[in-house]
Amino acid sequence: MTPLLKVTGLTRMYGSRLGCRDVTFDLWPGEVMGIVGESGSGKTTLLNCLSARLEPTAGRVEYDTREAGMQDIYAMGEARRRMLTRTDWGIVHQNPRDGLRLAVSAGANVGERLMAVGARHYGAIRSQALQWLDMVEIDADRIDDLPLTFSGGMLQRLQIARNLVTHPRLVFMDEPTGGLDVSVQARLLDLLRRLVTDLGLAAIVVTHDLAVARLLAHRLMVMRRGEVVETGLTDQVLDDPHHPYTQLLVSSVLTP
Amino acid sequence: MTAATGYNFAYLDDQTKRMIRRAILKAVAVPGYQVPFGSREMPLPYGWGTGGIQVTASVIGPDDRLKVIDQGADDTTNAVSIRRFFARTAGVATTDRTEEATIIQTRHRIPETPLAEGQILVYQVPIPEPLRWLEPRETETRRMHALADYGAMHVKLYEDVARFGRIATTYDYPVMVNGRYLMRPSPIPKFDNPKMHMNPALQLFGAGREKRIYAVPPFTEVRSLDFEDHPFAVQSWDQSCALCGSTESFLDEVVTDDKGGRMYVCSDTDYCGRRRDRKEAAE
Repeated sequence: MTPLLKVTGLTRMYGSRLGCRDVTFDLWPGEVMGIVGESGSGKTTLLNCLSARLEPTAGRVEYDTREAGMQDIYAMGEARRRMLTRTDWGIVHQNPRDGLRLAVSAGANVGERLMAVGARHYGAIRSQALQWLDMVEIDADRIDDLPLTFSGGMLQRLQIARNLVTHPRLVFMDEPTGGLDVSVQARLLDLLRRLVTDLGLAAIVVTHDLAVARLLAHRLMVMRRGEVVETGLTDQVLDDPHHPYTQLLVSSVLTP
Repeated sequence: MTAATGYNFAYLDDQTKRMIRRAILKAVAVPGYQVPFGSREMPLPYGWGTGGIQVTASVIGPDDRLKVIDQGADDTTNAVSIRRFFARTAGVATTDRTEEATIIQTRHRIPETPLAEGQILVYQVPIPEPLRWLEPRETETRRMHALADYGAMHVKLYEDVARFGRIATTYDYPVMVNGRYLMRPSPIPKFDNPKMHMNPALQLFGAGREKRIYAVPPFTEVRSLDFEDHPFAVQSWDQSCALCGSTESFLDEVVTDDKGGRMYVCSDTDYCGRRRDRKEAAE
């Protein structure tokens, strides 16, 4: 079995400042990897580098493409890379407004990826959109409403539907539950967990919320000042932290 | 009319014409691709046809016969002043008859009379970028063109169907040129879109303010975007032209009084007038 994503020595500098340094890991099909750490620790930089949105200063990101096997995503042509990011990948932004077209209806938002890969049958696009709205628990009669009229939780779910419609194998999520209240968070996490298991998705989830990490991730990577300080199975890292920073992070969680 | 003295032939200086001709050659070589060019100030305001007039000035020769139409009409202000401009600065012959003209500069219409090989149709274009309302960044739209990444355009059509039950875009309807570049056909009604497909005439598009030239060479495939289950269709009318009785031409609705009176007439005045002449001659 080959890994889905293979990251070797990934480094990103912003001039003389460090974004992230020397990150190496493999992600296997169906695996959910959590990246935790305080703000400013380079989590988002790392995620952007992994998801082909920010060119790394050094290192390689290789992905197991369906057609040609392992390929360096920054070495392939831009057309290929775009195709990959919109078919085989999904990117869920922290702020759903960044990932959605707010001026077009929910149905068009879900259907956009389908149309981008060549779907030209309105009825088929619409029925797929309906099916996906149902999967993420959005009422079918909201399909023609603008996302502007949706609540925060619905927007986030719409964004997830929009990403999953092309059946990606790998989803990047940047703080998927950020900015949502706890009950909505819980529902969204349930949904994400269900989708990830049902569809066999691999995912990389960036979060500063250890509860989210525990619920979603199989494996954790703890980052601090741009470097990975600890990796391991989620329960192992959270229940028996070795690195002093991880110990601090785990002990800082408020338990009500 | 004799040419005015003190101007270069057709107003523009030769260096500028050369630059524009180069842009045109490139545009013809890559159908539908928007070629940037150094648009000059012209003695008329942006939005009145500065792009079209520069293209016409660069391709016109002393032997050419020019026709200028605005919304299909030969006798509106814009058409009259551009025709007079070239009659003065280039001393060329002008005409109202579509088949006699070698160059036709147009705003918002393609003549009803089929064009022939050897004719040039010059369009005045306000906004050349078909993706502009979907993507405001020029760097991004250029990249989308380069990668033929046109899925977003169908989002707009999807939105139309979802809201109105049909594709509600009626003018400036996006087309795919030669199976490669998405193009804005300038604000012609979609009624005229099928005329662009495999047209024997050369079609040149000039956008003065936006500084872009693009072209559809003769006998080039031009397809209007649509969905399989909502195919492209042109407008149709219940009425026929009130003046000439045509049922095949694009009709304008003219309000005749303030009591709801209205009539439908051909927007192409040359086509309509000639049909009426023929009818009178037959009687």
